[in-house]
Amino acid sequence: MSEVVLEARDITRKFMISSGFMRAKRPLHAVNGVNLKLHRGEVLALVGESGCGKTTLAKMLLGLLPPSSGSLELDGQPLASLSHLDVARIVQPIFQDPYSSLNPRKTIGNIISLPLVAQGDKDPASWRQRAEEIMELVGLPRRVYNNFPSQLSGGQRQRVAIARALINRPRVVICDEPTSALDVSVQSQILNLLQDLRQELGLTYLMISHNLAVVEHMATRIAVMYLGRVVEEGDAETVYNSPRHPYTKALLGSVLTPDPNLGVPDTHLGAAYPNPLDMPSGCTFHPRCAQAMPSCTSEVPLPVPTGSGHVECNLYEEEQDKMRMTS
Amino acid sequence: MSNKILEVQDLTIDIPTPSGTLHAVQKVSIHVDRGETLCIVGESGCGKSLTSLAIMDLLPKKAMRTATRLELAGESVFEIGERRMSDIRGNRMSMIFQEPMTSLNPAYTIGDQLTEALRRHRKVSRSEARDRAVFLLEKVGITAAASRLGQYPHQLSGGLRQRVMIAMALMCGPDLIIADEPTTALDVTIQAQILHLLAELQREFNMGLILITHDLGVVARIADRVAVMYAGQIVETGSAAQIFSAPAHPYTRGLLACIPIPGKTERGAHLGAIPGIVPSLVGKMSGCHFASRCPEVQQNCTSAPIPQFEALDPGRSVRCLQAENAAMRSAGQEGVA
Repeated sequence: MSEVVLEARDITRKFMISSGFMRAKRPLHAVNGVNLKLHRGEVLALVGESGCGKTTLAKMLLGLLPPSSGSLELDGQPLASLSHLDVARIVQPIFQDPYSSLNPRKTIGNIISLPLVAQGDKDPASWRQRAEEIMELVGLPRRVYNNFPSQLSGGQRQRVAIARALINRPRVVICDEPTSALDVSVQSQILNLLQDLRQELGLTYLMISHNLAVVEHMATRIAVMYLGRVVEEGDAETVYNSPRHPYTKALLGSVLTPDPNLGVPDTHLGAAYPNPLDMPSGCTFHPRCAQAMPSCTSEVPLPVPTGSGHVECNLYEEEQDKMRMTS
Repeated sequence: MSNKILEVQDLTIDIPTPSGTLHAVQKVSIHVDRGETLCIVGESGCGKSLTSLAIMDLLPKKAMRTATRLELAGESVFEIGERRMSDIRGNRMSMIFQEPMTSLNPAYTIGDQLTEALRRHRKVSRSEARDRAVFLLEKVGITAAASRLGQYPHQLSGGLRQRVMIAMALMCGPDLIIADEPTTALDVTIQAQILHLLAELQREFNMGLILITHDLGVVARIADRVAVMYAGQIVETGSAAQIFSAPAHPYTRGLLACIPIPGKTERGAHLGAIPGIVPSLVGKMSGCHFASRCPEVQQNCTSAPIPQFEALDPGRSVRCLQAENAAMRSAGQEGVA
């Protein structure tokens, strides 16, 4: 197995939520015990519905939010011991909306070279040249160097965001829904660019997305999150071809491939995403699960190792127990 | 009674801007039958949302709308006054907008907003309106419907809000629903549920449905007929099966190549791309709007306006000289043989 660049060990993050004037605050467990390993060169996709804790997890991995408990390691060093600048040298984000993530009053050149300024780069004379190099790499014409974000199209802006993330040659890039604000034809250009850059610069991606068709195309590993926990993780191929957790199955079942012979799938998931302040007992997925058993309301499923990762579901726990009994 | 509930012919929308007239929508013709789903697909700025607003007579004041025909259930929108139009809007036809967050009024309860249109259009009592609201909220899959009526939009999740929007659109039992990107802001699981629900309700109430979207996956699964728009024009129309199995316009083909399809597209391989950007619609345009990005562009593509070519298959049309030539050639060969 290749080298681990980023590792999360049982990290949690809770937020204290006000429940009204003069009432006690209640904890909201946005991330609730996540273990993740990001290996060099892989594309790990983090999928799940809104509110499942994807973005909170990403913020912790970027060092922008300290975990409430658990530990994070970057390149073998505890993340807590590194300064913001050190973390930023290794991990960089690309955000969803290129309209709001670029400062409208700065020129493209300023935006792209800002990380060099922030890192106190010793060689200011080379900044312009390096910015232009990276612009070329991401497919931006040099003539936009002095333009403002408002003069660029959505696809070009996302290229600026990518250039800004890459100018200090980070090793890990965290892409939070990098293409969901873009048009279809532009989305494919950006995905192609991300693929090329990964090969050229040896990057590792953590991709957060709810577009499962995009995830399937890009990812080498997939982690499915539900209510703050990774309920299934494994090789992209395995998770896609033989999903085990009922939630993963429902997610994959709701991907709308452009096939006019198929109708709209019925996911049987029910309407309600549970309130994270008041989590269901036992397996948190049981109220929406098509395969729920009586024991699921009380028993918290433990991670069961699968060939390439793990799954947290009582269905497989029993399977494992049976195997243990017979052997 | 005719089955056609919407007939639009040569709809054109011009918007004056400081740098010239913006030809946002050019000669768009669509029609919808009862019980039929028409999907309008296209990228941002192609005029698909303006088309729907024009049908609802909700365009901004400075936008100029012309059409040779714009009829709702046999009534010409041009002949009836604003008053009659208000009677029709929200009553015989209604609209579902993209963002349930911004299109619900945060200061009124769900119940107030649901019953408003029904009380405006029909002579019903408060309690009758309330019953209808509860009935429809249950229909769209909202549990504890009666207790939701007193809640405010911020107390509901995105999926629930979109369901409320759908229930609201159904309150008066319309003949036509226009849904503008109804699921774009939602999770995939909720998206599937909402589309499933829309299709079911449409069958049940035998309504016409115009679905505006940029998501080809949604289109393929729900559409009976598809109109592909590019830069203010419809470039191709046909049944969903025709469009997806044999796209005739290079733009449609380009769009289809852009999306990764699990199981079909090779993982990690390069996706198709449409190089270049959408042309500006300000000022005079000549020739094919897609010419600057088209891989199959020929000299004659840019010289004259490209007419809609109808003789492909029944119910099919395409705005492309090369597709027209190809169709002619194959027809000619058949004639010779």
